[in-house]
Amino acid sequence: MADIKKHRSDTKMVPMPTYSIVPERDVNEIPVLETRHLGIEFGGLKAVDDFNLTIGKTEIAGLIGPNGAGKTTVFNLLTKVYEPTSGAVLVNGKDLHGMSIVQASRLGIARTFQNIRLFDKMTVEENVRIGLHNQIRYDMFTGILRLPRYWKQEKYQHERAMELLDIFGMQDLADEQSGSLPYGAQRRLEIVRALATDPKLLLLDEPAAGMNPHETEELMENIAKIRDRFQIAILLIEHDMSLVMGVCEGICVLNFGKIIAKGTADEIQANPAVIEAYLGKRKEAEA
Amino acid sequence: MTKAKRKRLIYNLVTYALVIAAYIILQNMIGAKTISRSLKGLLVPICAWIIMAVSLNLVIGFSGELSLGHAGFMSIGAYTGAIISGWLLAAFDMQDPTLRLVLAIAGGGIVAGIFGVLIGIPVLRLRGDYLAIVTLAFGEIIRNLVNVLYVGTADGQLHFAFLNKKLPADVTMLVDGAKGAVKIKPISTFTVGFVLVMITLIVVLNLVNSRAGRAIQATRDNRIAAESMGVSVTKYKMMAFVTAAVLAGMAGALYGLNSSTVVPTQFTFNQSINVLVFVVLGGLGNVLGSVISATFLTVLPEVLREFADYRMLVYAVVLILVMIFTNNPLIRSVFGRAVAPVKGLFRGKKNSVSGGEA
Repeated sequence: MADIKKHRSDTKMVPMPTYSIVPERDVNEIPVLETRHLGIEFGGLKAVDDFNLTIGKTEIAGLIGPNGAGKTTVFNLLTKVYEPTSGAVLVNGKDLHGMSIVQASRLGIARTFQNIRLFDKMTVEENVRIGLHNQIRYDMFTGILRLPRYWKQEKYQHERAMELLDIFGMQDLADEQSGSLPYGAQRRLEIVRALATDPKLLLLDEPAAGMNPHETEELMENIAKIRDRFQIAILLIEHDMSLVMGVCEGICVLNFGKIIAKGTADEIQANPAVIEAYLGKRKEAEA
Repeated sequence: MTKAKRKRLIYNLVTYALVIAAYIILQNMIGAKTISRSLKGLLVPICAWIIMAVSLNLVIGFSGELSLGHAGFMSIGAYTGAIISGWLLAAFDMQDPTLRLVLAIAGGGIVAGIFGVLIGIPVLRLRGDYLAIVTLAFGEIIRNLVNVLYVGTADGQLHFAFLNKKLPADVTMLVDGAKGAVKIKPISTFTVGFVLVMITLIVVLNLVNSRAGRAIQATRDNRIAAESMGVSVTKYKMMAFVTAAVLAGMAGALYGLNSSTVVPTQFTFNQSINVLVFVVLGGLGNVLGSVISATFLTVLPEVLREFADYRMLVYAVVLILVMIFTNNPLIRSVFGRAVAPVKGLFRGKKNSVSGGEA
């Protein structure tokens, strides 16, 4: 397991007053994400219940759990796709209550999707340009009349898009239609597009799904690289344990909508509740 | 310049060039009097239908919303244009037909745009089939409203009345209920129509390749993802819808001022479907395709006049055949190979030009 740990920084994790641990370096900063007793009910079914999580300013955190545990629902709550029925979400200390998806995005939350949601009919570069939508400003008429501001802003946008595509070495694909890219490249493009919005917190929903071990290894390196370069926090949902254990500093385990364990990778691996959630309870006879 | 950008530039240039070339050829034919009377009479309607098709393509092809009430905006433009033109003539004795036409077209666009906003606010909250049905209903509402609208002018003032025709006796009627807009002086010209087509093309093609246009397309491809990227979906759907309404209003004014009367039955649901056919035949998101198919399908019924009673039957059959053949991959690839050498020639020339610049 020694080489797998290489992307994980060996920071000491410090407990926070609100049930969570964050990396020591982030202790004096406002946590990028804080959820308090977050919950949502769908017709009496508590899909997520009493979800408390704090993520430090530059932390790479993991959210794991068996299928149907409510992980993606948490992402949908954090990005305001769903309005929570209880509790609060704070991003950089600001309450997201009553905000729209767009407003949450402007506060600095960006995400990728479990079932890829690219703008299929647009090119790779245009996809990234949509991510940059709120970083350039000119109105409709400037665009139609092609005023000087249009050319200046478009040039900036193009250069920035290429810079971002460079993270995954994807500049050569810039003119391809995004829907025709191979699966792995589509997943990477989603990450680039999310990064283009200049987020404070990046949510990755199963980024390694459908990738081979080599690609996963590369992705792990890139996740660490992205954090170091952009100094942002990353929260990822993943079933590939080598990735989660390899790159995540704090891990949160969800089962049936409730947090059953929180801690570092080593603590989680040794936690009996987690093992039980994944492998089931031992029969009395065997014990 | 990247490959995609060059491709787009060539596409835009071909579109503009084709329209300009058609205009020059037709103008020469008019000058030389070699043009048939029926075709000459069709020139302005062709311009109007091209604008209708291109603007509807903005809503359906780029914004991805199926709007079935586009003829409603056209009728608003036609009526507004007729009223403005008649009023300017009666009240201000403005004789210059071109100036009257331009003001009428601008007015038609503005009023249709206002209706676009009013209709867009409730409609764009809906999605998919629901949106289609509600736009259809709005198109019918507009038609029924103008059916009972009475407008007259006297002493430089405009008088409006609904249903019960209580206009003063001495007014000159401009809009007379179900009889429609009456006694219009036909002032539309092919040149103004051509300019309007060019304006429409510039607006739509430039809009599509700008920040707002990309946002419009993003909301089409994936609504949730667009919102997650901070793109306000309602704002950009509205932008596309209202722009299309303004253009349709302008087309309506051009169309209405081409004949002596405009009646509400000219702008029924069937007419919206007709424009939809232009758009689908030309290809969703394909502006050049809309221009070509609108022209082709406007001329076709006139050409088929010799079939007399079977005219619409033949029209329908031709439509079906064209749809089948343009969507057949085999035929498309054969056609693609046929035009490849021409394209290659063009590309080679382009490269040397850009090389010269660098």
